[in-house]
Amino acid sequence: MLRIRCPYCQEARSEEEFSHAGEAHIPRPANPDASSDAQWGEYLHLRRNPRGPHREMWVHTAGCRRYFNVLRDTVNYEILATYAMGERPADEPEEGAL
Amino acid sequence: MSGQVRRLASGGRINRDRGLRFTFDGRVLEGYAGDTLASALLANGVDVVGRSFKYARPRGIVGHGAEEPNAIVQLGSAAASVPNLRATQVELYDGLEARSTGAPVFQRAVGRLGRFLPAGFYYKTFMGSAPLWMASEPLLRHAAGFGRAPTGADPDTYDRMNRHCDVLVVGAGPAGLSAALEAARSGARVLLADEQAEFGGSLLAETRPLGVDGATNWVDKTIGELASRANVELLPRSTVSGFYDHNFLTIVERRTDHLGLVSPNATRERLHRVRADQVVLATGAIERPLVFANNDLPGVMLATSVGTYVNRYAVVPGETLLLFTTNDQAYRTALDWRRAGREVCAIVDVREAPGGELVAAAREAGIEVIAGHVVIEAIGRGRVARAVIAPLNASGDALDGPTRRLSCNLIACSGGWNPTLHLGSQTGVRPRWSEDAAAFLPGDLGVRALCTGAVTGTGSLRACLEEGALAGATAASRTGFGSGRTTFAAPVIDEPRGTPARPLYLVPHARPVSRAPKQFVDYQLDVTAADIELAAREGYKSVEHVKRYTALGFGTDQGKLGNVNGVAILARALGKTIAETGTTMFRPSYTPATFGTIAGRDVGEFFDPERHTPMHTWHESKGAAWENVGRWKRPWYYPRAGETMQQAVNRECLAARDGVAILDASTLGKIDIQGADAAEFLDRIYTIGFRRLGVGRCRYGLMLREDGTIFDDGVTARLAENRYLMHTTTGNAEAVFAWLELWHQTEWPDLDVHFTSVTDHWATAALVGPRSREVLAKVGADIDLSRDAFRFMDVREGEVAGFPARVFRISFSGELSFEVNVPAQHGRGLWDALIDAGSEFGITPYGTETMHVLRAEKGFIIVGQDTDGSMTPADMGMDWAVRRNKPFGFIGDRSLVLSDHQRADRPQLVGLASADGDTVLPEGGQLVDDPKPPPPVPMAGHVTSSYYSARLSRPIALGMVKGGSKRIGETVYCPLADGRILAGTIVDPVFYDPEGERQNV
Ligand SMILES: [Zn+2]
Repeated sequence: MLRIRCPYCQEARSEEEFSHAGEAHIPRPANPDASSDAQWGEYLHLRRNPRGPHREMWVHTAGCRRYFNVLRDTVNYEILATYAMGERPADEPEEGAL
Repeated sequence: MSGQVRRLASGGRINRDRGLRFTFDGRVLEGYAGDTLASALLANGVDVVGRSFKYARPRGIVGHGAEEPNAIVQLGSAAASVPNLRATQVELYDGLEARSTGAPVFQRAVGRLGRFLPAGFYYKTFMGSAPLWMASEPLLRHAAGFGRAPTGADPDTYDRMNRHCDVLVVGAGPAGLSAALEAARSGARVLLADEQAEFGGSLLAETRPLGVDGATNWVDKTIGELASRANVELLPRSTVSGFYDHNFLTIVERRTDHLGLVSPNATRERLHRVRADQVVLATGAIERPLVFANNDLPGVMLATSVGTYVNRYAVVPGETLLLFTTNDQAYRTALDWRRAGREVCAIVDVREAPGGELVAAAREAGIEVIAGHVVIEAIGRGRVARAVIAPLNASGDALDGPTRRLSCNLIACSGGWNPTLHLGSQTGVRPRWSEDAAAFLPGDLGVRALCTGAVTGTGSLRACLEEGALAGATAASRTGFGSGRTTFAAPVIDEPRGTPARPLYLVPHARPVSRAPKQFVDYQLDVTAADIELAAREGYKSVEHVKRYTALGFGTDQGKLGNVNGVAILARALGKTIAETGTTMFRPSYTPATFGTIAGRDVGEFFDPERHTPMHTWHESKGAAWENVGRWKRPWYYPRAGETMQQAVNRECLAARDGVAILDASTLGKIDIQGADAAEFLDRIYTIGFRRLGVGRCRYGLMLREDGTIFDDGVTARLAENRYLMHTTTGNAEAVFAWLELWHQTEWPDLDVHFTSVTDHWATAALVGPRSREVLAKVGADIDLSRDAFRFMDVREGEVAGFPARVFRISFSGELSFEVNVPAQHGRGLWDALIDAGSEFGITPYGTETMHVLRAEKGFIIVGQDTDGSMTPADMGMDWAVRRNKPFGFIGDRSLVLSDHQRADRPQLVGLASADGDTVLPEGGQLVDDPKPPPPVPMAGHVTSSYYSARLSRPIALGMVKGGSKRIGETVYCPLADGRILAGTIVDPVFYDPEGERQNV
């Protein structure tokens, strides 16, 4: 069971207080009607599913109920960083690693 | 206690003043406090403790701990019965009743068929032959179990505890004790868990002194110091069963199992859920058996186990011992045996020239050492009587001379050691093969866990103590306690100089493996060396596949004894090294855990909490039948004496249509939405617009997922300029709330909007029917109830029956309707007042079933019943509820114009009229166009809602039919499982009052 640091509560808490909310940093297209069916389909459905560091959204469901970002290694489940909405972590890994 | 024929007259850590009586398979036997069931059975001379899984061969006790594969017993009977326990881990208590399990059942059921079931039999037979599997499954399932499920609810209580510590030490043997001591002295919070009742592990059977102390004195002193420290917690009888991510571990503590079968006034087992900063795995090692012909005969045991029974339990599990070994350490068992005054027939040593100090000691004691030899076969009926030995060639794969026979009734085997690396493996770290240690060792566990002692391949006791101390100091310092250097002075221990071991994983026989008597690798599941070679011949190359094909390691013991020999045999058959072949991974739980422990207190009414509305007790007093909606208990219908459900629902429906009826609608989700941008936010969330909705007005909206499918629906009211009240469906309230939070926090944090879930703040009574206005007037409301002052889709605040109230003129039935909301604490008062006031109008309470019939008559959908997550507003004929071209758009709007959502042949909502005018179509029934088509049959759709309508005196149904909106008047067919085929006519989904006049009266 993961131990996740909520950037808002500033506490590391057990996974059971949190819910996973999918891949992070997928902005909604500013003008949906301007996107083609293929572009819109990509936004809806296509996700990276990388082997290694992965940026994902979690929500502190049984805590402050805030959404935040987690950089988690999908191989060993280590959490490399957690950071608030709208931020990026200080120690950004190489883009290629993502 | 004359029955204990194999009990020594003195010695052992048993209490001879406390005799205990127990039964095994009905036989009354006796033992002592301090015995395990296994040691007591051996003391009583019980050789056979069960029959094997597949071949029904007699089996005896092999080990002395978690590794035991054969002595699987069931305690007690009926509800309190506990299956699947290892006799080696059951502490004896007075009155214990044990039965052997598994194999006799199999034998009776399958008879002697087992011998005709080669490796892969199940796999080959049943993967390819469905009919054979169907016919055989009940027999095999019945036959294949280890034990029986209890027959009633568990009478015991269990619980769960969360714990945190700096250092968790797993295992209280020599390495674990010194690790715990060192970590404790640094001031770190230490938790020490061991599966046995007594701490000490192998030290409890150790005959050498530790310094000036006996080994057990050293254990007592160490535990004394640990127990005296406030920063240490000791958990005996506690198996660390699982090691999960981020140093989360589970510990199963057995608190009362040693006292008796049932302890209703105590917690029987406790699951400790531990988050440890550091974990020290001092889990030791398990001796590796040797694989030779008939090595499953009772009387073939692990050498350490024999030594443990002699030294710790004062039990000699035989008379004449033959020791069969690949290493020096096992010689201790022969010396212990001799010290106990019993005969050692010989030591058969695989090595050409064993020469260590223990070997010399054995020779000095007059024990014959037969070097360069192996036991190729055990002989005996029901118990070992003789051993067949032969010289081994230099490469260890063939015999090198004639065989001869030795008389003995106990063969103690030692093929080296398998580190108990299960917990480390559970974290996903693959064990690695060490050629030096001739063993799989734990992989690199990173910086938050370390292994110490025998689990790392360390053999000497003194080294285990020293390494343990260093591990304890290291772990503590990583959590900020101490310097990482040890203060521990390891006691002086006589460590005899040794000679290297000679690993041997399969003892050759005079005949080839496939023709030799069975050479067992996995006792519990009857997997032989020949089975593994067969798997290799049949093309299986991955150890994981061979495991599944042969069932090697699939037993409840997870192959603690057999896996490494099995891997080595596979490696040889494949012409690969053991390192290349690799090992399988282990999963929790290390030993089986009871369901009770996992469930803890979350049983019965605590399994899943129920939600009750403020009017719940009223419904209960009226004998309501209940429907579970999410966690809510909702009245389903209110049967009167002698009424069937259909009669009750008919009566309730007619009351709502013709007079007045009342529904408890408190469970509907309610979200209070406020802020300057509340209207803008709702515009983006809902398909319909809210910006121009007047204060005091309500509007129905559909909520879509971003892919355009319907997620929720409901009525939202504008209570003030910047304040709305959203209604959600009962079952979706929490999901909708989370949905609003998601969009607000991640996409539109700039919008000034706030949400509060107020579902529980309000109680809601829906007054429904042409006379509802009269009831409301009678109960007293300071609201103008006239048709033109209080219009359909208006909301008003005021007082109803003296309570502060919000009244919505909305309708889910198509009738005149007032939904009266009052603060929850007034819910029951309001309800009673309405029932009172309504009595002269024949007010009738109704439940969810009637609610469904009324809405279906009107063609109103229920999200989640008529929709299934793939339906758009257009599919449901609800384009009227969609406003594209809002300034910002709304969630899902772009998806509505995707080409797939425009297809004309998408399933569309239709009404269905039973062709015979009488039969209610089954909900979920599949619809086809052709009543007698050749397969495969193309599906036309399915029935989503179906009821008998009392108002219309005929069945009505809603369904999804491909292209259905253009097929009004056509016939579709609903084939039933019983062979009948019902016909239905596609009609408009609005069955009643299509103009919607009735709600506007
Ligand atoms: Zn938080």
